[in-house]
Amino acid sequence: MARSVSIQRKIGMTILAWSVGLLIFFPILWTFLTSFKSELQAISIPPVFVDFHWTLENYRTIQTQSNYLHFMMNSIYLSLGSTVLGLIFAIPAAWAMAFSPTERTKDILLWMLSTKMLPAVGVLIPIYLLFVRFGLLDSRLGLIVVLFLINLPIIVWMLYTYFKEIPGEILEAARMDGAGLAKEIVHVLAPMAVPGIASTILLNVILSWNEAFWTLNLTTSNAAPLTQFIASFSSPQGNFYAKLSAASMLAIAPILIVGWFSQKQLVRGLTFGAVK
Amino acid sequence: MGQIHLEKVRKTFGDVVIIPELDLKIEDGEFVVFVGPSGCGKSTLLRLIAGLEDVTSGEIMIDGAQATALPPAKRGLAMVFQSYALYPHMSVRKNIAFPLKMAGMDKAEIDRRVDYAAKTLNLDAYIDRRPAQLSGGQRQRVAIGRAIVREPAAFLFDEPLSNLDAALRVGMRLEISELHQRLKTTMIYVTHDQVEAMTMADKIVVLRAGKIEQVGTPLELYTNPQNTFVAGFIGSPRMNLLSGAEAEKYGAATIGIRPEHLRLSTTEGDWTGTVKVSEHLGSDTFLHVETPVHDEPITVRADGEFPIHAGDTVYLSPQQDKLHRFNAEGLSIR
Amino acid sequence: MATLHTKTAARAMMAPAVIVLLIWMAVPLAMTLYFSTLNYTLYNPISQPFVGFDNYSYFLADPTFLAALVNTLVLVVGVLAITVIGGILVALLLDQDFYGVNIVRLLVIAPFFVMPTVAALVWKNMMMNPVYGVIGQFLTAIGLTPIDWMTEVPLLSIIIIVAWQWLPFATLILLTSLQSLSADQKEAAEMDGAGALSIFWYITLPHMSRAITVVILIQTIFLLSIFAEILVTTQGGPGSQSTNITYLVAQQATSYGDIGAASAGGIVAVVLANIVAIFLVRLIGKNLDA
Repeated sequence: MARSVSIQRKIGMTILAWSVGLLIFFPILWTFLTSFKSELQAISIPPVFVDFHWTLENYRTIQTQSNYLHFMMNSIYLSLGSTVLGLIFAIPAAWAMAFSPTERTKDILLWMLSTKMLPAVGVLIPIYLLFVRFGLLDSRLGLIVVLFLINLPIIVWMLYTYFKEIPGEILEAARMDGAGLAKEIVHVLAPMAVPGIASTILLNVILSWNEAFWTLNLTTSNAAPLTQFIASFSSPQGNFYAKLSAASMLAIAPILIVGWFSQKQLVRGLTFGAVK
Repeated sequence: MGQIHLEKVRKTFGDVVIIPELDLKIEDGEFVVFVGPSGCGKSTLLRLIAGLEDVTSGEIMIDGAQATALPPAKRGLAMVFQSYALYPHMSVRKNIAFPLKMAGMDKAEIDRRVDYAAKTLNLDAYIDRRPAQLSGGQRQRVAIGRAIVREPAAFLFDEPLSNLDAALRVGMRLEISELHQRLKTTMIYVTHDQVEAMTMADKIVVLRAGKIEQVGTPLELYTNPQNTFVAGFIGSPRMNLLSGAEAEKYGAATIGIRPEHLRLSTTEGDWTGTVKVSEHLGSDTFLHVETPVHDEPITVRADGEFPIHAGDTVYLSPQQDKLHRFNAEGLSIR
Repeated sequence: MATLHTKTAARAMMAPAVIVLLIWMAVPLAMTLYFSTLNYTLYNPISQPFVGFDNYSYFLADPTFLAALVNTLVLVVGVLAITVIGGILVALLLDQDFYGVNIVRLLVIAPFFVMPTVAALVWKNMMMNPVYGVIGQFLTAIGLTPIDWMTEVPLLSIIIIVAWQWLPFATLILLTSLQSLSADQKEAAEMDGAGALSIFWYITLPHMSRAITVVILIQTIFLLSIFAEILVTTQGGPGSQSTNITYLVAQQATSYGDIGAASAGGIVAVVLANIVAIFLVRLIGKNLDA
């Protein structure tokens, strides 16, 4: 049990912990600050922290010059599309695994997990060629399907661990009460699993949003999400730190906020329930 | 209506036989209790009747109609689970209304029935609460409410009282018995507690390893146990079962005598013994007496105020007409 | 335990997910395997003669492959070392009692949500640029000569960037594990006369060992396929100093158009990943029983 810690120790710990926290957070903080500077202030020597003329100019430029919204919409389409598709396939599968397990359920789960370990580069060539053949290159649909497939094992696993916590007797009660399979899922399982499904959605959106292998290799402009948008800043164009910062903030802000809300579930999802 | 017949029902999980071939007739309106030690297959048997498990072979008839292949929803039975299995995201009202809603009943009728059930079960005050805000006993009532609104052909209870504390258990036991008096609907009740079985049942089915050991009224089982298992299982404290030389005197392999059928004396009797432990319950005193005739202490019931202490010497005499004799197979000799 | 009816339903509901994953895994892998035996380049798409293991011997004999293999291992081991040790330290720190725990927690976790391309670009330009970067300016300010990270120590730079991204993950998991350690155990050890260091060494660390294994294995899977961070910073260079296998294979296909060699490289990557995967699946499989 917690014992009374001396106040000096607590203050010391506070200083230490905040220092470490700020140090780790610094690159993001610096990007945030720089995004409101003029390009000249952004590279001033010595650097200025907060004592500069704050401007929204960079954000305006990013939208007008680079069409930020186009990439942002693509990111939203891709992450939501792949998540919805994932849930449609994963909810029934996880239901079956959690409530009607057979001797092979465990093997199937582990096999699904092992597909996640298949290095993307091992299947890049055929996927690329298939995409070329079927005209899917740089299409949202093609990428939604790929993101759906690479995240499907994680979605199934997360839902499975959540569903397993729902007592089977409740579903049996629904069956006794005259609910068929569909009604059992809609009226009983789904409402009880809402928190779990919500965390699954969050994690999957984060993973899809930040996915940077397939999105970089299979898109050029049409279907390109924010990962590609930022990558286009990698070629030096002179003084562009402030604009790069603004673009970066725009790319990470939505997901940073989502992520902060779902950090606890993240552990569970990414470790496949091995650490709770 | 609520007649349930099991014919040649078998259940196996892989190579494990849970229930060898079994026949059982449950008549309309009966309160039947399945009792037995844990792992005896009583819950499986109930789930087979409910349709939550498939029979491996055999037939289940409900009111004369074939029900073996019917899904649980179509059997017209209601079940109260050990964990109550209430829907945590629904209010008490919605929990009770759920089976009616599933049946597609119109709203006015649902409301009428739910209100009536809530009133009879003293749940009106909690009708808008969620299960998590209720006590164990209240949850139990909601589970019962959910079962009765459907007016099922039979109620199935799966150890419904095992999650309640002792005091509440006695109260709920009475309530369920009263419910049966009032509804006169068939009830099948599973428990490992022979006191529940004795107090509630019209008919007790004693199970061991999936086999029916004996079927009968509580009193029949008490007075005429067909074998040593039933003899030892029904009655509290347990019947004393003696084998060896003492049993041979009576021409049996084993003899059984209940604690309440031993005459106790400090001066004379058939068996001499030393009191090892005495348990004073107030109304009764139970003595555990070590005797040369049996390697385990013999339990004897005495009066509440019987003045006796550990270490005292006592004499025991079995009442001859209450003595049970069993042969080498453990079956009762009549 | 269920009825035939529910079992049938269960099978039907599991089938779609299993089938799509099976196709996703088997079809491209089989194609990769097939391509890896062909002399197949994008510049000569008409003739694709069978060449057996030539692509493998070509790919494996390429000095760049050896460099890439070494780089891949250095990258994985380097990032693991930093994130596991750093993660333990930060987790221990976050487990202490101090003001603003929740806010510091958010600060520490933030990098994990930053998309790889952003993380790489921010570090490359605003942190590690020798003239304008914060690190360079700091070093100049204290009188040292700043280094040009991306050209002088390209692999180390990438290790730092990737470690920064994964430190939060390690911290979060280790912290979760740390907080599941019962205070009773620590107090019992204290009663037995153990000091803070002994408690850490004999009680806390063994308790976290499982979480540490999970961190190592899961990170390894992701670290083996680091791609975006290299693409937007060093592009594998200078030379092949910061090329890993994933980047090399992608380069073979997209820059050189050598489908055959790239496929062979892909299969090599799959084999390497499988070695790691076997351990991870065992570990998590064991947990399923528990």
